Amino acid sequence: MLTPYILVFLVFVLYPVTYGLWLARHPQSYVTLFDDPVFFRTVVNTIIFLLVAVNVKFALALFLSGFFVHDRAWIRWLSVIFIIPWAVPAIPTIFSIRFMLNPEWGLINSVWFRLTALDGPNWLNDPRLGLTMAMVVHIWKALPFWTLILIAGRLAIPRELYEASSVDGATPWQKFKYVTWPSIRTLYLTSTILSMIWTLGDFNSVYLLTGGGPADLTHVLSTLGIRYIRLDQVDQAMATIVVALPFVLPFVYFMMKRLSADDEGR
Amino acid sequence: MNKFVREAKLWLIAIPILLWTLLPIYHIFLFSISTKDSAFSGALWPDKPTLRNFGTVFRQEHFYLHHFWEQIWNSLWIAVATGLLTLAIATCAAFAISRLKVKGGRAVMNAALFTYFIPAAFLAVPMYKAMGTYGLLNNRWSLVLAMVTLASPYAIWVLKQASDKLPWELDEAARIDGATPLQLFRLVYLPLMMPSLVAIGTYALLLAWNEYLYAFLLLSHENTIPLAVGLGHFLASDDSPWELLMATALIYALPPAAIYYAFRRYMVGGLTVGAVKG
Repeated sequence: MLTPYILVFLVFVLYPVTYGLWLARHPQSYVTLFDDPVFFRTVVNTIIFLLVAVNVKFALALFLSGFFVHDRAWIRWLSVIFIIPWAVPAIPTIFSIRFMLNPEWGLINSVWFRLTALDGPNWLNDPRLGLTMAMVVHIWKALPFWTLILIAGRLAIPRELYEASSVDGATPWQKFKYVTWPSIRTLYLTSTILSMIWTLGDFNSVYLLTGGGPADLTHVLSTLGIRYIRLDQVDQAMATIVVALPFVLPFVYFMMKRLSADDEGR
Repeated sequence: MNKFVREAKLWLIAIPILLWTLLPIYHIFLFSISTKDSAFSGALWPDKPTLRNFGTVFRQEHFYLHHFWEQIWNSLWIAVATGLLTLAIATCAAFAISRLKVKGGRAVMNAALFTYFIPAAFLAVPMYKAMGTYGLLNNRWSLVLAMVTLASPYAIWVLKQASDKLPWELDEAARIDGATPLQLFRLVYLPLMMPSLVAIGTYALLLAWNEYLYAFLLLSHENTIPLAVGLGHFLASDDSPWELLMATALIYALPPAAIYYAFRRYMVGGLTVGAVKG
């Protein structure tokens, strides 16, 4: 009964990956890649994207999970609304944000003009603003999911711990530092690492918002690989991914270890 | 008074959350009920709200919409096929690993997890090349098979976790009564696993319906592309009819959102938390 999945794995994972690695064997591909100014910019963008977007997202998720654990009927309703970005497909909402940021006709700049009588910034035609907005889109989309994870983590903490610390006269900050954080630290760190891997594969937030432009200055590794495919340079696309592997595989290994350990502990 | 201040603080957090979450959603809705002129004027509410955009979409009366019904059918076909195929493959695999304890089960589980953790956009490049070798490009099956590949690792893992929790006494009792593994699978395992199976089927279905990257890489012909790729075509020119795009996008986004909320109980609680709990 394992056979169907083994077939899927061999035909659609193992063979493609092996074939891909074989295509990426020429040293020339890497020379071309490193000579491409777009590549260097892409690596910098990817590092910024990972460090800033993931950490801002988790800081917000940590804060918001503290808000959503308040026991109120209206907060439960708000959490139902809050999950919408995660529940709907990426394309409609990213296109919506893309048009909102249109410098001439977009909602943002027209409100900006009404408030200040000045023209707003040229959001997506400026590489820095464009990448920032791609990170905003990414956070908008992924924040609800990670907030939910951290809410679950917070709800698993025994209430007695908080009651006992209240009796001892602990301030909210002390409660967070000595009760909440030690209990969810592992969850927080594991989630951050998993999110880093997934964020590295986030193609939509950049491609559908800026398309990698202006002038290919807002690409990240995932969109650069696809750009090379569209230019019919598959070897180049594979080389891009091979270059990223040394940074991805340790995280993948860590996550697999973590899950296996979890599995055996049961 | 103290209580009042505390409630006010909560509302002070709630209002930005509400604005942040709903603005892009409202913007889709706003465009879909606006005329072109009104949409491009940056108004917060149209002068004359209209449903004509939806009529234009349903009657396919625009160059970008000539294949609307065909594309929505493709989306549906691909999503349902992915859901069913993933369910079949993952259920069998989870049963073999968790209940039959077949040899090599652990290795297969690790292979699946490895696939799960590799960023999907990275796997897309070799997958595209391989589909070309198999001669499947521009065939809807290529997207179905790619999505099954992406969905089944997580599906197997979740089903294995759920299956591990079922009591062993059931299997023993069934064996004593002389049940074959297949009977055990059909009569004991499947009925008990129903809630997880519903959740996993939904997960795979939504994953396929929402997918953009693999869809536009593997399918490019007007007649084979799902609606997601059709929406992407609107960006081909600068003066695209954004009000029609948003009306189409709204139609595209509603079914998965409705399904997500209908199965929310399973989707959030059962599926995700276990994946990261350390």
